[in-house]
Amino acid sequence: MLRAALLLLWLPLAGAGATDKPTQEPVSLGEPPPGLALFRWQWHEVEAPYLVALWILVASLAKIVFHLSRKVTSLVPESCLLILLGLVLGGIVLAVAKKAEYQLEPGTFFLFLLPPIVLDSGYFMPSRLFFDNLGAILTYAVVGTLWNAFTTGVALWGLQQAGFVGPRVQAGLLDFLLFGSLISAVDPVAVLAVFEEVHVNETLFIIVFGESLLNDAVTVVLYKVCNSFVEMGSANVQATDYLKGVASLFVVSLGGAAVGLVFAFLLALTTRFTKRVRIIEPLLVFLLAYAAYLTAEMASLSAILAVTMCGLGCKKYVEANISHKSRTAVKYTMKTLASCAETVIFMLLGISAVDSSKWAWDSGLVLGTLFFILFFRALGVVLQTWVLNQFRLVPLDKIDQVVMSYGGLRGAVAFALVILLDRTKVPAKDYFVATTIVVVFFTVIVQGLTIKPLVKWLRVKRSDHHKPTLNQELHEHTFDHILAAVEDVVGHHGYHYWRDRWEQFDKKYLSQLLMRRSAYRIRDQIWDVYYRLNIRDAISFVDQGGHVLSSTGLSLPSMPSRNSVAETSVTNLLRESGSGACLDLQVIDTVRSGRDREDAVMHHLLCGGLYKPRRRYKASCGRHFISEDAQERQDKEVFQQNMKRRLESFKSTKHNICFTKSKPRPRKTGHKKKDGVANPEATNGKPPRDLGFQDTGAVILTVESEEEEESDSSETEKEDDEGIIFVARATSEVLQEGKVSGSLEVCPSPRIIPPSPTCAEKELPWKSGQGDLAVYVSSETTKIVPVDMQTGWNQSISSLESLASPPCTQPPTLTRLPPHPLGMEETQLPLDMSSDPRSSFAFPPSLAKAGRSRSESSADLPQQQELQPLMGHKDHTHLSPGTANSHWCIQFNRGGRL
Amino acid sequence: MGSRSSHAALIPDVDHIRRETGFSQASLLRLYHRFQALDREEKGFLSRLDLQQIGALAVNPLGDRIIDSFFPNGSQRVDFAGFARVLAHFRPVDEDDATIRDPKQPEPLNSRMNKLRFAFQLYDLDRDGKISRNEMLQVLRLMVGVQVTDEQLESITDRTVQEADEDGDGAVSFMEFTKSLEKMNIEQKMSIRILK
Repeated sequence: MLRAALLLLWLPLAGAGATDKPTQEPVSLGEPPPGLALFRWQWHEVEAPYLVALWILVASLAKIVFHLSRKVTSLVPESCLLILLGLVLGGIVLAVAKKAEYQLEPGTFFLFLLPPIVLDSGYFMPSRLFFDNLGAILTYAVVGTLWNAFTTGVALWGLQQAGFVGPRVQAGLLDFLLFGSLISAVDPVAVLAVFEEVHVNETLFIIVFGESLLNDAVTVVLYKVCNSFVEMGSANVQATDYLKGVASLFVVSLGGAAVGLVFAFLLALTTRFTKRVRIIEPLLVFLLAYAAYLTAEMASLSAILAVTMCGLGCKKYVEANISHKSRTAVKYTMKTLASCAETVIFMLLGISAVDSSKWAWDSGLVLGTLFFILFFRALGVVLQTWVLNQFRLVPLDKIDQVVMSYGGLRGAVAFALVILLDRTKVPAKDYFVATTIVVVFFTVIVQGLTIKPLVKWLRVKRSDHHKPTLNQELHEHTFDHILAAVEDVVGHHGYHYWRDRWEQFDKKYLSQLLMRRSAYRIRDQIWDVYYRLNIRDAISFVDQGGHVLSSTGLSLPSMPSRNSVAETSVTNLLRESGSGACLDLQVIDTVRSGRDREDAVMHHLLCGGLYKPRRRYKASCGRHFISEDAQERQDKEVFQQNMKRRLESFKSTKHNICFTKSKPRPRKTGHKKKDGVANPEATNGKPPRDLGFQDTGAVILTVESEEEEESDSSETEKEDDEGIIFVARATSEVLQEGKVSGSLEVCPSPRIIPPSPTCAEKELPWKSGQGDLAVYVSSETTKIVPVDMQTGWNQSISSLESLASPPCTQPPTLTRLPPHPLGMEETQLPLDMSSDPRSSFAFPPSLAKAGRSRSESSADLPQQQELQPLMGHKDHTHLSPGTANSHWCIQFNRGGRL
Repeated sequence: MGSRSSHAALIPDVDHIRRETGFSQASLLRLYHRFQALDREEKGFLSRLDLQQIGALAVNPLGDRIIDSFFPNGSQRVDFAGFARVLAHFRPVDEDDATIRDPKQPEPLNSRMNKLRFAFQLYDLDRDGKISRNEMLQVLRLMVGVQVTDEQLESITDRTVQEADEDGDGAVSFMEFTKSLEKMNIEQKMSIRILK
């Protein structure tokens, strides 16, 4: 199969080669171009980018092919496969073109292929882990690399002196040191490619990987110093030159880091002001990081270090400043670029190895190098670890050391550096090239292949990923503070002390300066975990639709132990995020506590969840604000739905008084956005029923007046990335209106309005402590969710009720469920009947019902069972009264979940 | 500054303290020097004021609580034994410690449980063995800072308590506290290397 795939891959290449030939001819003939050609073949104008694109395409296709077979990729690292593919492709090209056309050009490699990989790894580096282990990382990176370079160089020289290396290899001590310096550095690309598939524990990973990133400075310095020494000739090297060499180590590394940090600062500062041009946010990240790389390269500082520091330094602030969508875009683009570059690098490595004209073989040198790099790496690791363990809280054990020694992979950096050597100055270049190729291939293929079984066999601690919980996050923070305090008491200014210092400085100055005010406010780590947990809950909640509710109360992913919590969290999330940017925050706050709003929000959330699956996509393109389209589309649809429903209700109901009450709602939303004051005036038009279902709709309905439209659009623009926030704001307004109308008591059935969330909520168990649990049906129902849902449901019911049926059929307050399920059944029945006529209308009513049935089913289990015979001939997923539509929704969700 | 003794023998009751805390001679000496440095008036004990004078501790959100933990049961002074006992919670755990330990002996102060208990009592202000919602709220307020509104803080609190609360009493008991942290490497996170 693989062979077939390779053949397939070869086709475009051959095509490219084939097209290459014929195009050459017409151009070389030099004929005057005919007046107007109907068809012109202009290969040369597009040749370079076309080939680049083709290479990337081939590499990507290869990746796809590799991953077709799970067995292959689980056994063989992708990097190995790519190198092998490169070898094959290189062979083919060689056979076709009779000369090696393509190879890994050092220029391309350093300027285009390396930066994305380094940026990706720097940006997504777990900074806490990195700094926790910074001491070890720096030791291995600096001391380890120096050690490897010198010992390997000297040992090879010794080998040559002993006569094991052929006399054709003309190299002195300096040449070998130069070679040692370029072959000694652990390569970030190779390490990343292999270790990402071997899931060792985080500490081990960060040490090996951090080392491979940071040792670049040492490698660059060593390489440059040795290279210039070689070029000067060993006789001309003065003592001051050695000093300069040592000094340049500091200049290159610290300078590179400084360049990176400066650009990180600029980047963070720039993203602070991109509020109105969200679309360029990802671009800025890449541009400035790349600028950091190029600047460092220009000043011959360590470019890798610069980009690493840039990514590491800016992440916190950039992530806080840019929009959610930009965050996703940055993440994906970065990963795509990095993986693309990595793929191409490995493939080109394979291809370049084919070109035999560039290298010359010497067995002694090759075998000696292989042995020495492995041996000295292991020796260096053991020695350094021994020293480090004297200072480490958690010592690195033997197994860690084995993996660290074995994980010292060499890669494309070494290859690019060796290609860069000047043959006139380094006569043994060809031998070095061959040796480097063998070393790289050996480490990537042999070590890469065996490291996984080795890790398994040694039973290296694997990384265990568990989802963060609020408790863990909180306690981790407390522990940090405790440790910092204890260090203060002990009077030792250690790591915790300085970290604490730094955090305070960051909080006081840096974050203030670099983060958008709104972002700064919500950018707390605990808060962040809370936020993410809630988002996840909300998503899964919406995704799962009624399922979660119907079976065992609520079961949300982040909340394995207790179901009840989920609801509060989801709703709280909505409220919270709303308050982050909501204009009418004050209004909401002054009017009422958040609790009651949450319930309605919950309900609306459900409705939103029901609505989503059937969203239709229209082709639309916007250059500046992508989200607006989506929002508008959604709004429009909701609007249409609501209008339909409204018409229905007009026909089907006779209680006009209720209408007067409900009309102000849409108006008010518009007004409120402007001045933040609730407008209780009553006008004609919209039934209170909307309360339940028009979460976003309520806001968008106000298209009638221009003002409102304006405010709407500005709102959308502001929050273009967070749909959920939008929902929250809308609902809170809606709810507030509900409350206002309730207090006005325009509606003839006052009994109906009191159960609106406010009153009900106040009796909820978590609000008043452990007080009145007894009021509710069972201990199960006292769990927050169901009751809460009940209120939301109740509210919608009440509004429905006020419209559609005579008030007398309305049950007393539904929140106080009668302990006996039979009573429930009775009250349920008229409700269902009253809402029945609406089921004949296509979509919205069914939605409404699905929403209702869901909250109903969530209310408690006994009730459900009682109700089932009444409603359910359709299915026993408790969605019974829903029409085909709602049923479909659920099915959809279920599918999506699977 | 107090008089500097360079010999561990000068520490009162040194053997007893060593046995109780498990500190090495060197660390104990180091702590004793620190103790003397903090004890400005050479009274032989530390008062709250002495600890409050440590500059960085005043900025630490948990500074007051940690100072309080040095003064159990409302006492106003702490002698060196007490001082060392509190700090012994942060001694790194040795692997061989657990195996050698006599089962009859009380658990060493730096055991996982004792480390957790130390953290727990920083939350549990009223010492009723439970972190109530209110206590959690106070801690969160200290930790989260001013950027988050009260209302948001309350909902975080609710969620945090509910997340850990298993028996549904609206408070986090020590067992629940331990459980919520069972995946965390407490031995590592609550240790300071220099306190061998």
